Amino acid sequence: MDTPTLVPADTVWMLVSTALVLLMTPALAFFYGGLVRSKNALNTMMMSVASLGFVGMAWALLGYSLAFAEGPAYVGGLSKALLAGVGLEPQGTIPHLLFMAYQGTFAIITAALVSGAIVERMRFGAYLAFITLWSLVVYAPVAHWVWGGGFLARMGALDFAGGTVVHINAATAAFVAAVVIGQRKDYARQAILPHNVPFTLLGGGLLWFGWFGFNAGSALAANGTAALAFVNTMLAPAGTLVVWTVLDLLRNGKATAVGAATGIVVGLVAITPAAGFIGPLPALVLGALAAFPSYYALVYRARTRLDDSLDVVAAHGLGGTVGALLTGVFASKNWNGTVEGLLHGNPGQLGIQAIAVVAAIAYSGIASYLLLKVIGLVTPLRVDKREEGLGLDKSQHGEEAYADDEGAILILQRTEADAPVGVPTLAAAAAEGGRS
Amino acid sequence: MKLVVAIVRPEKANEVLEALFRSDVQGVTLSRVQGHGGETEQVETYRGTTVKMELHEKVRFDIGVSDHFVEPTVKAILAAARTGDVGDGKIFVLPVEKIFRIRTGEEDRAAVTPVQVVAAGKA
Repeated sequence: MDTPTLVPADTVWMLVSTALVLLMTPALAFFYGGLVRSKNALNTMMMSVASLGFVGMAWALLGYSLAFAEGPAYVGGLSKALLAGVGLEPQGTIPHLLFMAYQGTFAIITAALVSGAIVERMRFGAYLAFITLWSLVVYAPVAHWVWGGGFLARMGALDFAGGTVVHINAATAAFVAAVVIGQRKDYARQAILPHNVPFTLLGGGLLWFGWFGFNAGSALAANGTAALAFVNTMLAPAGTLVVWTVLDLLRNGKATAVGAATGIVVGLVAITPAAGFIGPLPALVLGALAAFPSYYALVYRARTRLDDSLDVVAAHGLGGTVGALLTGVFASKNWNGTVEGLLHGNPGQLGIQAIAVVAAIAYSGIASYLLLKVIGLVTPLRVDKREEGLGLDKSQHGEEAYADDEGAILILQRTEADAPVGVPTLAAAAAEGGRS
Repeated sequence: MKLVVAIVRPEKANEVLEALFRSDVQGVTLSRVQGHGGETEQVETYRGTTVKMELHEKVRFDIGVSDHFVEPTVKAILAAARTGDVGDGKIFVLPVEKIFRIRTGEEDRAAVTPVQVVAAGKA
């Protein structure tokens, strides 16, 4: 490591990991898309898909520099803006440009995660403005604190793949957004049911697949740490899924599919900060323990006035917090070679972990709130009641997820010469006295 | 005896159902239908294809009631289904010649009287 050189195996693994993490965002589109009503399916999925473009572009132009350029303890500088100096030279053992792309996929999914709290009511334009600016103003600085040599990194906070940076950060913004934008008009007045649970299971499965790149890729090399993170990413959600299923059985007498998909995601979230720092059996225990707070928070939240519609706070906020704290408990030098946790005689690590969690919640909460208020001054944040009733697919996108071509009249692109020729419509027929 | 047929917005269907139950109207048949009224058309675009959606999703209620139940039924639907915009739907009240309850063979008014009321009467 004295003179940085490219290692081909590491480069291969990080190329694959980058693609895996990018897949998580369309996977999230399916996970979230299945959980909403059919009239809002496309809008919900587009909230994730749009992040691939808007946050992806913002990351390359500015976000990467704010997160990873040399700078003060709280935010990176501008020296790498517009990808200045980001070339094929080694960053660690992989090309610098690849490192930038890999980190970009994290910014994209983190911004998309926030959408779960405000589905079925936010104006799409306001949403695009929010996630794009959020990725620069909130995500990039927090990433700098932990991974870019900022103050949490200097304190020794452990966050292997982003429990704090990604999940706690996104969940805090989600909470704030749900409060600022307000409840859906039907919330707590009507049953609002998932319209396609198979989509949600598909999304959960693809998220797990992509998460191997998220966690094992965070080793930034094809080495033993990557293997450890990989196996932990397999085991922890298994633990969560088992406990979640048992809790479902105890509460309702039935194991639910939406519960299974949710349990998998909670387990993945919880193991994220710990993946490369703890042993495989502790990972199983961590996953199992993580089920409890999220499970009961989900049940409780539904009875409150907080319309965090797809439970970003319960799944990602609590899952991320449990994971971050348990990282400080289970961290083991035998596995990570550097840091011990509480169970191995280093109680101080738990305190450092708690400080990191609180710092992320405080900054993300305040900054997300101000950002939404500023955007709200420029453009309305939510759709009006009529559009909400009609569904956001039609009102925001002019499309339907499950379109029926009965009654769809083709609008021909006519030239002036043949203007009178066209398809007579029902409305035209009515105007001619077609109805009595 | 009358048959009340109501065509309402799908997003209002749950509110109508709730209002009907609150008015003690318990026998309801519901179907998803498509129709065209005077509402402004919805324009949708799929790649290069732009279409006007002339048919709109609606929900149709069919409710068989005895004469003195017509007014509360209609009132409940009017109150629950209205948004004030074009496209709120219609209510039709039709005369009914005969009604049979299949389970018991009861006819007419007895056939549209809710079961528990009959049971309570017997007790």
